[in-house]
Amino acid sequence: MTPLDRPSAAEVAAAVRSGERSARSFIEESLTQIGRDEATLHCFNEITAEQALARAEEIDAAVAKGEDPGPLAGVPIALKDNLCTRGIATTCSSKILEGWLPPYDATVVQRLHQAGAISVGKTNLDEFAMGSSTENSAFGPSRNPWDTGRVPGGSSGGSAAAVAAGYVPLSLGSDTGGSIRQPAAFCGTVGLKPTYGLVSRFGLIAFASSLDQIGPFANTVADAALMLESIAGHDPRDSTSLPTQPSAYLAALGEGVEGLRVGVISDFLTDADATIEVAVRGAAEALCAGGATVEEVAIPELMNALAAYYLIAPAEASSNLSRYDGVRYGLRVDAPDVAKMNAATRQAGFGPEVKRRIMLGTYVLSAGYYDAYYAQAQRVRTLVAEAFNRAYAQFDVLIGPTTPTVAFPFGAKVDDPLAMYLSDLYTIPSNLAGHPAVSVPFALGEGAMPIGVQLLGPALGESVMLRAAQVVEAAQATGVRGPVAMSEGSAR
Amino acid sequence: MTEIAPGWELTVGLEVHCELQSATKLFCGCANAFGQTPNTNVCPVCLGLPGSLPVLNRTAVEFAMRIGLALNCHVEPSIFHRKNYFYPDMPKDYQVSQYDEPINLDGYIELPSGTRVGIERAHLEEDTGKTSHMGGGGRIHDADYSLVDYNRAGVPLVEIVSRPDITSPEDARAYVSELRSILVATGASDGRMEEGSLRVDANVSVRRSGTTELGTRCEVKNMNSLRSLGRAIEYEAARQIELLEDGGRVVQETRHWNENTGTTSSMRSKEEAFDYRYFPEPDLVSIAPSAEWVTAVREALPPMPSERRGKLLAAVRSASPDVDEHAIADQIVTVVDLGIDALVVAAIAAGADGRLALARGANEAASRPEDARALKVESFVELLHLESSGKLSATQAKSVLAAILESGATPAEAIAKLGFEGVDDAALAVIVDGIIGANPQEWQRFVEGDEKVAQFLLGQVMKQTKGQANGRVVAELLALRKGA
Repeated sequence: MTPLDRPSAAEVAAAVRSGERSARSFIEESLTQIGRDEATLHCFNEITAEQALARAEEIDAAVAKGEDPGPLAGVPIALKDNLCTRGIATTCSSKILEGWLPPYDATVVQRLHQAGAISVGKTNLDEFAMGSSTENSAFGPSRNPWDTGRVPGGSSGGSAAAVAAGYVPLSLGSDTGGSIRQPAAFCGTVGLKPTYGLVSRFGLIAFASSLDQIGPFANTVADAALMLESIAGHDPRDSTSLPTQPSAYLAALGEGVEGLRVGVISDFLTDADATIEVAVRGAAEALCAGGATVEEVAIPELMNALAAYYLIAPAEASSNLSRYDGVRYGLRVDAPDVAKMNAATRQAGFGPEVKRRIMLGTYVLSAGYYDAYYAQAQRVRTLVAEAFNRAYAQFDVLIGPTTPTVAFPFGAKVDDPLAMYLSDLYTIPSNLAGHPAVSVPFALGEGAMPIGVQLLGPALGESVMLRAAQVVEAAQATGVRGPVAMSEGSAR
Repeated sequence: MTEIAPGWELTVGLEVHCELQSATKLFCGCANAFGQTPNTNVCPVCLGLPGSLPVLNRTAVEFAMRIGLALNCHVEPSIFHRKNYFYPDMPKDYQVSQYDEPINLDGYIELPSGTRVGIERAHLEEDTGKTSHMGGGGRIHDADYSLVDYNRAGVPLVEIVSRPDITSPEDARAYVSELRSILVATGASDGRMEEGSLRVDANVSVRRSGTTELGTRCEVKNMNSLRSLGRAIEYEAARQIELLEDGGRVVQETRHWNENTGTTSSMRSKEEAFDYRYFPEPDLVSIAPSAEWVTAVREALPPMPSERRGKLLAAVRSASPDVDEHAIADQIVTVVDLGIDALVVAAIAAGADGRLALARGANEAASRPEDARALKVESFVELLHLESSGKLSATQAKSVLAAILESGATPAEAIAKLGFEGVDDAALAVIVDGIIGANPQEWQRFVEGDEKVAQFLLGQVMKQTKGQANGRVVAELLALRKGA
């Protein structure tokens, strides 16, 4: 079974709300699918089958009593394992947090529960969301359902693969420098990073607080919009949460792009694979055909974003990850005194990429280096945001590739951190600016792997951006909607 | 410039950490309470659990503004930073504090002596938990094990940093004393140094008299009373002077005051000092109090202690013009510190004896300050009149005051209950005559001038009246009978 022949989240919810089908049946179907493919794909760190079935029965009971369990009634979802779930292990795919049971749910988890969605498990990620392939997971990598010899992308690789494999129609990831959009592109799903502050970060285990944002994976733009409506909106528990209520993203879809001004970011095309450049131009043509005006625009400042990101994100991470010291929770490696215990715990508990970034971040914040690195990176960040804002004075939406290449084989970049970091070249600028962006599968590229086209919008520009994304989606190539079923022998 | 020792001048700057009395902690809804079972007054936020986020307490911000304005600071737009270092009592291994953009900047305190001490800044930050090092050497590196209580983690603090304007241990004590009075007056703090709600660190340096460049400073920690603050500064200054006079040099370091030995010892050198890697806290937004808010806080500030002391002294002086101001200075400070000055001033205005009102305020009322603040002025005035007119002895008046503070009774009720009304002067005269008759030998010795016997005779009267006689009246009666 592939995502093509599976019902959308909207269809699942409609069937459950009308009583046409039970939530339980959808959860059972999801669990069956997981049972069949999970040994190969390893999307999950933990599958919460019992809780999911129990919750499905509650929802079915509510429907039987004539109650409405919400817009995502009975929809199976998967949660990235850096989102806190009360009483369910939340590990960030790190040995240092292995087995940690949060005493509370993240705000997004609460909101999805209230909307009727049912989580079937916690998905794998690069340790503490640091990586672009899930190869940095302490519990082993996830595999790309399109080609199990390739990475699913990262860091939200488990969530992307879970949707691509047809396990669930929706999942949540987090995006600090592209960790939703890049795996979405690699796995042929829609992946949306909302405006910073639109979705509460309360309960998201921090990597880089000023950049982290939670967002949906879905098979369609409409489903992504549906999920965003359930999770967006002000949360008093997150001081950086914007004082806005979510728009009706779903209702705005289908309005088309007539009269929209679309800018193709030319700087993003020079280093991308040829097939990817072709895909972006094809997507731009689709927008043009839909009545948008399309022009190329050079925004050279965006090419400085990557360097600034790799100073700011590790700096914040070095501080955010200090608390994993063996004193209160998680791993503890005993030693003769506290300082040695801290060091031994962190030495044993963190993987090499996390250690690399902690060291990098510690260095750039050190006395005597702060101005040259951290403060300078913040100036670049401001320049990136200003450059975007100048572009958005001219354009409603920008378009470009999500990634420079399609999904790469395991091991291709794992020993070359810089090459791995370059996977996020086109996604990082939106994080630095705090702007929304979405990756939409559009065409097939090298090795018949999916190519994602990225649409970028200004702060709180989700509605218009998603309208454009849906027009691009409507023009996507045949075969982009879901991998060939694994059971038919695609596992290479 | 006064010298601390011949040829040497002292320079001290003080950092005072003050716990705010907000109902809840700085970034979460946990109670800001003292003395609960360890690790029961905590939540995911103040425990720094993964995924938790801070939300700033508005009351704490307002309290910080009160303190700043009371210290003559400017309230500025401000942000929080993270101060990063590993310590087990810090749940996140960083402290959320303010760094180069604090909420209050550039104020001063006027000491009772007239000396003005500059305030560099007064910023908001969160408190840490408390570590108890058990067994072994009792310090973090040599204990058998350590226990951590996070109840205090996240309690709001304001750190008040003075300029290095203090030049004697006495001024250091006077500064902290005055600061404490101001903090209590603002209502933002209880100012209890012994309980740790006020904590003082001293930056101490010395230089040769007449030179302008400041000497190398040491930061001295762990003083938990005004007395130990003065002692620690004296010791540290003497240590530095001796070092320099012997041709050595002072090493910049943090030193630990040991109350038992009366000495300071090195905690960590400048080389070992933490690099705190400050950077702006990304989980919080900036604080930008509106001009209206600042004005409202300023206008709501009660009169500060210096002003209240002035008013109290003027009241006492108007009622008792020959009062020795020096002799009553401590009483004035106590009464104002405990917030009893309004009662005393009102009593004097209502005609009470000035010195007596102050003395009863600074002594008996001061032992029950909360009750004293709630005491009706008329009751206090009535009591003072009974004492100054001789109807009650000093001892009786003290007992009556204690009773009315404790029970809320009127003086008449308390006097009745204590039985002080039971012996009127005529009855007492009869009793005194009886005692004289029953003790002829003692009486004879008294008449011959043996003052010691007076105590015996008084004791006999007291015994017979069950302690209810006015001792002063008895003495007068005895003197009368003696025919003096």
